[in-house]
Amino acid sequence: MSPLDSESPADSNSPAVSDTIWVRHNRIDLAIHHLTNGSDPTHRPLLLLHGLGERTPDEVPPSVRWPGPVYGLDFTGHGQSTIPVGGGYTSEILVGDVDASLEELGEVTILGRGLGAYIGLLIAAARPQQVMGVVMSDGPGLVGGGIHPGSPSVPFPAPWASNTPDPFALLELARDVRPPDYAQTYVRFVLESSKLEKALMVCAVARPEWLAAVAAEPGVGQGTVDEALQFYAGF
Amino acid sequence: MVSDLTSEFLTQPEGVRRPDRRRVVDAAGVKLSVAEWGDEQAPALLLAHGGFDFAETLNRFAPMLADGGYRVVSWDQRGHGESAWAHLYSWEADIRDAASVLATLPDEPLPFIGHSKGGSMVMHLANVAPHRVSALVNLDGLPSGNNMPDVSELERTRMQRDEMDRWLAHRRTLSDKQRRPGTVQELAERRGRMNPRLTTEWLQYLVQVGARQEADGWRWKLDPTMRMGGFGPWRPEWSMLRLPGLGVPMLGVMGLEIEVMGWGSRPSDVEPYLPPGAQFEGLEGVGHFVHIEQPRLVADLILEFLS
Repeated sequence: MSPLDSESPADSNSPAVSDTIWVRHNRIDLAIHHLTNGSDPTHRPLLLLHGLGERTPDEVPPSVRWPGPVYGLDFTGHGQSTIPVGGGYTSEILVGDVDASLEELGEVTILGRGLGAYIGLLIAAARPQQVMGVVMSDGPGLVGGGIHPGSPSVPFPAPWASNTPDPFALLELARDVRPPDYAQTYVRFVLESSKLEKALMVCAVARPEWLAAVAAEPGVGQGTVDEALQFYAGF
Repeated sequence: MVSDLTSEFLTQPEGVRRPDRRRVVDAAGVKLSVAEWGDEQAPALLLAHGGFDFAETLNRFAPMLADGGYRVVSWDQRGHGESAWAHLYSWEADIRDAASVLATLPDEPLPFIGHSKGGSMVMHLANVAPHRVSALVNLDGLPSGNNMPDVSELERTRMQRDEMDRWLAHRRTLSDKQRRPGTVQELAERRGRMNPRLTTEWLQYLVQVGARQEADGWRWKLDPTMRMGGFGPWRPEWSMLRLPGLGVPMLGVMGLEIEVMGWGSRPSDVEPYLPPGAQFEGLEGVGHFVHIEQPRLVADLILEFLS
């Protein structure tokens, strides 16, 4: 696998950069795309976590206003990252993906879409000193597999593509069980250890049970994605 | 045919027999090594090993079932024994791998047997494919809430956090990780710490069928990136709740000696969940590895149950 130059159009306020950083998580090579340095390259970076089946966008979405550098991680089996053989995805593995990225990037604020919002919650609990705020927004994979295991089945995805996203990822991570009290435990880990007053911001309009439970926890903020980003940008 | 390495063995416990046949099953790209004992034309049964074990831990138990008239079909789970190391490991992947092995067997209901994690797996598989199972045998593989220590909610939360920290620390050290090499005796001794009720003779035998000799010593044929435990939302009752709906005869065998690799379940935890007509045997003075400590007793229980 070789780094691919992204070709973001230049923007006077957010000069585009074109490098991809590769980090290793066990047997997976993960692509972290450096989308911009922003107007203040010394500012804490924003890390984008895409939704299920998505990939890091080629450029910073116009709705995302952030003063500093913006990076995006392609999760295992997504975007330019390695496709594992024979599936075996769990959310916990993706938390390991983000952890490997934090080793490279240091302190970040996270903007997560769908699945990426859930992973953002878990990594904020694991690394409260490095994750300065998580913005949890709508996107694919927000619901997960419900609050307890469904009727069992053994899905074999059709090998309809040799490229990402890996059909196993789409299938297995859509069945990932997310009990509300499990999510709440991680909210409490975040709130106990973070330096921020509101270390989690729920901005998603859709509120599956796990996310409704997160939003109901005292100390969790709510608002629009832009409000949340400006809040964290101020720290 | 597996080559006979008997002459090289330091120890050769009585009654052991290496698999009569090996073959490879492709489970969505992961090459699984299937081990079989007994006549190929005999009725098949599916036998699943536990976590961090491998098919050849069944070298004494499986031949007893084979000699009872069965084609015993086991396999090394991904990352274990002769099977390939995978990029990722998960419960779902293990179940899919099991279904891949099952798919290579004659298309008729057959008995599923599993020990420990393998017991939980075959219960799941029986739920997935009720049309493929004729009877279910669970050998000390019924997890209950008792495997969580009796501590306060606050302490439990702290443990959950510690587990997550340890898991992530483990993930950060995986690149090029290798298992620690050692002599046969050293590997046997290490495994003995987790399996304190198994004899030195047996453990040394396991090294010779389950480890590989390299220039700097023996290493277990187990993917070094696998790890016990981990963090995630899994709850033991999710597994137990697969029991009541079983529509086939069920035999549960539980060792009543609590030990480190066991699930900590008691008969009273299991009894409310047993399906109608289930047979349940608690074995006094026997630990988690019921089929290794008492292979003849357990094999006879199973053969009688299946007859």
